[in-house]
Amino acid sequence: MFPRLAGVTVCGVLAVVAARVSGADAPFAVDEVAAGVFVHQGQVADLAAENGGDIANIGFVVGERCVAVIDTGSTQRIGESLRAALRARTELPVCYVINTHMHLDHVFGNAGFEGEAGVEFVAAARMPASLSARAEGYLRTLAHELGEAAAGTRAVYPTRLVEDRLSLDLGGRTLALQAWPTAHTDNDLTVFDERTGSLWTGDLLFERFIPIIDGSIRGWLAAIERLARLPAERLLPGHGAIVAHGGEALAREKAYLEHVAATVRAAIARGDTLGEVLDADDGTVAGDWALTARFHARNLSAAYTELEWED
Amino acid sequence: MKRRQFIAAGLGLTLGARLAIAAPSRKGPGTAESLAVEVWQGLRRQLFGEREIAIDADGVIGLETPYRAADAASVPVAIRGRLDGADGRYIKRLWLLIDQNPTPVVGVFDFFPESAGADVETRVRVNDYTFVRAIAETSDDKLYMTANFVKASGGCSAPASKDPAAAAQSMGRIKLRIEPPAQPGGAARAQVLIRHPNVTGLAMDQLTRMYPQPHYVRKIAVSYRDRPVMNAEVTFAIAENPSFRFNFRHDGAGVLVVHAEDTEDTQFEARARVDENGTS
Repeated sequence: MFPRLAGVTVCGVLAVVAARVSGADAPFAVDEVAAGVFVHQGQVADLAAENGGDIANIGFVVGERCVAVIDTGSTQRIGESLRAALRARTELPVCYVINTHMHLDHVFGNAGFEGEAGVEFVAAARMPASLSARAEGYLRTLAHELGEAAAGTRAVYPTRLVEDRLSLDLGGRTLALQAWPTAHTDNDLTVFDERTGSLWTGDLLFERFIPIIDGSIRGWLAAIERLARLPAERLLPGHGAIVAHGGEALAREKAYLEHVAATVRAAIARGDTLGEVLDADDGTVAGDWALTARFHARNLSAAYTELEWED
Repeated sequence: MKRRQFIAAGLGLTLGARLAIAAPSRKGPGTAESLAVEVWQGLRRQLFGEREIAIDADGVIGLETPYRAADAASVPVAIRGRLDGADGRYIKRLWLLIDQNPTPVVGVFDFFPESAGADVETRVRVNDYTFVRAIAETSDDKLYMTANFVKASGGCSAPASKDPAAAAQSMGRIKLRIEPPAQPGGAARAQVLIRHPNVTGLAMDQLTRMYPQPHYVRKIAVSYRDRPVMNAEVTFAIAENPSFRFNFRHDGAGVLVVHAEDTEDTQFEARARVDENGTS
């Protein structure tokens, strides 16, 4: 997620499954999904007090020399919880904190890692500008939706940018970072752990959680084609369950986005206005997704304002 | 997020950013409830002084907005002028206002006796839960208002572009679409789309602690057969890649010209030749 994009904050109130408190002193589940690859799976839910902002998948990869953290959650507190979970498993220093894109549920735990000596914050080249344009609104939204759970949260910007590709050596283990043309957002970054074949897709892949367009639907569909051809063993999506590569998850996401694009293109060809497209939306989507009522209409809107420029 | 309280129509109705509105209908509170909004009272004095403003009960204007915005960065709004000219009056000016935006005046649209009705659709940025208002001034100098409540997903931040690099690259591209009139000589419909980032200047760059220079389309002038159709002065409350849909009277073949100007005085122009059937 998180399209707090365009002035749009997802201040929406949604029913949320039972609370797992993500305070620094509460249990914070981290699973080793492959050797040295640890994931905390966020809830499939919109930002809400009940989940303390714990809605994205975040984690870390442990090398022989040091550790790389990949995404840090919505709040300083979640970042601190992740750091505590990391410290329960390794004494190695954290060399890198990598953000897969600028959405608030992936970056605002960065501050939890500022105390790590020599840590570098890594993101795609366009990430700082995109975060900066939204940070003020994001912080207001966090305070509003999460209240005390967001206390102390602030933006920590990358210190090292990826224009295209970058290899990070963790000691006996290399992470291959790749920045993508505009897709889910304009600053998507994937992280591939070569040793285990684990690909952190960020929000280029949504599993169960409805995909949210905050970049380009055409760019995203193109990215899915490229992702499908990458030689990975497993995909670690930004939201939802970890899946084997070559399974149905990418195809489901593609089917959803293609249906949105087809619906919107047909409406534009008929001369329907944006308002008419939104009025006609009856919530019918391709596939079974959580949070459809919350995000499908905004996807139609994003797709419309992009695709009306096609020739 | 601030909460603004007011008394509406004698009811203790509280309209706060996060509070449910005590109205069962999907449309939410309407024009009558909107009168008590503090921001509006200030705007009213500033824009209209002591002039009387009729609550539009006799069908002078309609306003179409979604009750809940799908994307607060691009909320479709339509103002429908309803005078058919039967009583000799026409709407000469429309104001579009959004109470809770940092700059509530979205735009002022001027129409002419030969315009095919004061009817305009656009897309706006909405910063918060707010009333959206349309005010019409008729040719006999009377004012009429209609207002709708819009929930902008609790949106609080200044809307940001999804792909600023792409937006900057293709700036100035214009699309002009024309829909032929239902009957010859009737009102034809046109839409102009202008590729423009419409930068608000309100979102501070958190890295430099600087505010960007506002950069937005501020003027639109439409003519057909060299006669004015619609002139508008608009602000950055218009969404990125401004879109305007309007009517023009198709009284024979001619050229529809849309001229736009932004805050850096860059001029944009699109022309479409329309034949006697209204097709371009």
